[in-house]
Amino acid sequence: MQIDLRTVSIKPLRNTFDHLVRRFGDKPASRYQEGSYDIQADANLQYRPTWDPEHELHDPGRTAIVMADWYAFKDPRQYYYGAYTLARARQQESAESSFEFVESRGLLAQMDEATRALALAVLMPLRHAAWGANMNNTGMCADGYGTLITQPCMYHAMDNLGVAQYLTRLGLLLGDVTTLDAGREAWLNDVRWQPLRRLVEKTLVTQDWFELFVAQNFVLDGLLYPLIYEQFVDKHLNAHGGAGVSMLTAFMGEWHGETRRWIDSVIKIAAAESDANKALLTEWTRQWRGAAVEALSPIAQQALGDTAADVLATVDQSFNDRAAKLGLTL
Amino acid sequence: MDMQASKKKLGLKERYQVMTRGLDWTPSYQKMEDIYPYVAYEGIKIHDWDKWEDPFRLTMDAYWKYQAEKERKLYAIIDAYAQNNGHLGVTDARYINTVKLFISGISPLEYVAHRGFTHVGRQFPGAGPRVACLMQSLDEIRHAQTQVHSISNYNKYYNGVHDFHHAHDRIWFLSVPKSFFDDAITAGPFEFMVAIGFSFEYVLTNLLFVPFVSGAAYNGDMGTMTFGFSAQSDEARHMTLGLEVIKFILEQDPDNLPIVQRWIDKWTWRGYRVLTLVAMMMDYMLPKRTMSWKEAWEVYFEENGGALFKDLARYGITMPKCAEQIALEKDHLSHQAWSTFYNYGAATNFHTWMPDEDEMAWLTAKYPESFDKHYRPRYEYWREQAAKGNRFYNKTLPMLCQTCQIPLVFTEPGDPTKICYREVDFKDEKYHFCSDHCKAIFEHEPEKYVQAWMPVHQIYQGNCFPEGTDPTVEGFDPLAAVLKYYHLEHGRDNLDFEGSEDQKNFDEWRGMATKNV
Ligand SMILES: [Fe+2]
Ligand SMILES: [Fe+2]
Repeated sequence: MQIDLRTVSIKPLRNTFDHLVRRFGDKPASRYQEGSYDIQADANLQYRPTWDPEHELHDPGRTAIVMADWYAFKDPRQYYYGAYTLARARQQESAESSFEFVESRGLLAQMDEATRALALAVLMPLRHAAWGANMNNTGMCADGYGTLITQPCMYHAMDNLGVAQYLTRLGLLLGDVTTLDAGREAWLNDVRWQPLRRLVEKTLVTQDWFELFVAQNFVLDGLLYPLIYEQFVDKHLNAHGGAGVSMLTAFMGEWHGETRRWIDSVIKIAAAESDANKALLTEWTRQWRGAAVEALSPIAQQALGDTAADVLATVDQSFNDRAAKLGLTL
Repeated sequence: MDMQASKKKLGLKERYQVMTRGLDWTPSYQKMEDIYPYVAYEGIKIHDWDKWEDPFRLTMDAYWKYQAEKERKLYAIIDAYAQNNGHLGVTDARYINTVKLFISGISPLEYVAHRGFTHVGRQFPGAGPRVACLMQSLDEIRHAQTQVHSISNYNKYYNGVHDFHHAHDRIWFLSVPKSFFDDAITAGPFEFMVAIGFSFEYVLTNLLFVPFVSGAAYNGDMGTMTFGFSAQSDEARHMTLGLEVIKFILEQDPDNLPIVQRWIDKWTWRGYRVLTLVAMMMDYMLPKRTMSWKEAWEVYFEENGGALFKDLARYGITMPKCAEQIALEKDHLSHQAWSTFYNYGAATNFHTWMPDEDEMAWLTAKYPESFDKHYRPRYEYWREQAAKGNRFYNKTLPMLCQTCQIPLVFTEPGDPTKICYREVDFKDEKYHFCSDHCKAIFEHEPEKYVQAWMPVHQIYQGNCFPEGTDPTVEGFDPLAAVLKYYHLEHGRDNLDFEGSEDQKNFDEWRGMATKNV
């Protein structure tokens, strides 16, 4: 016998899980809430890590930032795995059609040789910078406390890998595998790229994961993405017949705009928690910003020539405005 | 001349390499050991990370595309199942206790797996394995979340899992799976990969996920079945990663062999002890059985695992020694486990029951060597007593094994009439073990295992009562206080299935669909 269960109207015993009721009251919970809040163990951890016996497995003491509740960091995008992959799948679809469009219309042929060479000289070494960002965000997810902040770090890490891979495809489209090699060679040995590589390697040994968040996501990428993708690619290259390149890096611009909302919310929430946090975040931001501007200036010079200093100053200024809006006084 | 013409074309393998390990570089401003500080202390020797063979090739754009496609389908089914009251279509309401066991015992492990693969995905100096681990990290948070989302609807209508995260960190038997995964993630990065990537995901996965997923399918639970099937293509990737890890480590240096062999021995046993919960689920908790625990062990471990270890013999790896003891236990494991849970049914977040006549006959047929002789009489006696109103709930706390944290309820290998009991003195304390294997694991790393958070010890130390409890007051009921600490509602979440609210509601709700009210 086929039973039609749909016709049965029954009253649920409860709306959602108790830990969500304690946080949000007795009402149905969203998938973001069910998948994210309190899902990291926070009691009765069994053994200390043999790789870090100073700390517990999940330990808020791996950063100097102090929060009463680490689940304060609600992601404004409310990304859980499903929402995240759906969003990125849509973006990769449009990136895919950009690649097809550029290829089929021969858009890259409109660029003269000098512009093509410049685009590659600036963009190819950045594959490695994005890879460093991937390692750092992975580290933040590993060392961080509370799924609300560790989860988006993991998504961010995979996005960083995605960016490095889109740059790789761009390199293979504009050149070939020797183009990638040349970018690596510049990253390793060209004097103009050494300050940035030195800075990235310094982030790789930065112990405090929240400081790393500030250094990598807020400061370095907060300066690098506007400088490279807005100023260099979308404005400078575009004006020199490089519209094709601009289409191929559309993902980066859009992604930076989207992830900025999350990064800003993290800084804002942590800063608003206490004066001590605010002082720490200010200090970190100040230090890393100084180092990042210095590291980016030979690259800006290479990319933008005479206008480099002005453009970098503008980028720096709008970063400072952004920081001020989040509660930091630099 | 056309620029394209002179281009060097890349093969699939090279293309994936420039998309992943080609992004990496050897640092010169910082030392390798400062960037990758945890890779040396386990004694594993790796000479050339470039020898790593990528077990699968998935760039991020492809990953996003395929996974999003799967998510779309999965959530459409989860939604439909919830909207159509799919839970009323399961074989009988006892089945739902399987789901409770799964979400409180297994789903939190998916989350720890996510964090573990993140950790090693940062720590290996080789970019190839790092990327593979990151993909798995992402898959594992997917599993944790899709399971919660699928099972969320059950929580709305049935008891026992309303605070499953809280439960996972506290309830006595849940420390068995929890300590297993905490053990792995607190080990070094190579041991984690052998423990989880290989032993768990490759050797034992068919004994964990397959029984739950096919159990769901047999019992009409489309929701659970769907996330299981949806995870299958992820699992296929995880298995290839687990196997590649073993081969890679062993090919790098002959000195790695004894270390890896010891880890395989340890983690096969650790994993098997966790599977005790699955064994009892298969033999007792599924109203419609798929296969017996014993059959599953024979097919998935003795046959398939046997072939695997034969294949690994060329590296010098041998079948874990514990397999002999497991073979001796396969006639007894599930029965001893279910007896224990029936005893302690007042302190569990799922219901227990005695098998009915048909089920006893099934058990007799599946376990001709052991069931009628050792277990049937016990069950008949308990059933009789319950019928007379003497249902006995054990309130005495059992002694736990310091390694696997299971109460000492297992019998001596080869003698099902005698409880197996081992002990070790370490730094003026006595530690107890369920078996020679758990004892050996402790003896190799006593400093680690003395830290274990042992539920029974913690209760006796007064650490498992709600804050502000005064255990010295007249008439203090320790079990009631412990249940409060667990956030278990006495009489709703625990005790017998017979007479439970779950049973009553399910009958009533199903009745509304089949009768004219
Ligand atoms: Fe999983
Ligand atoms: Fe044990």
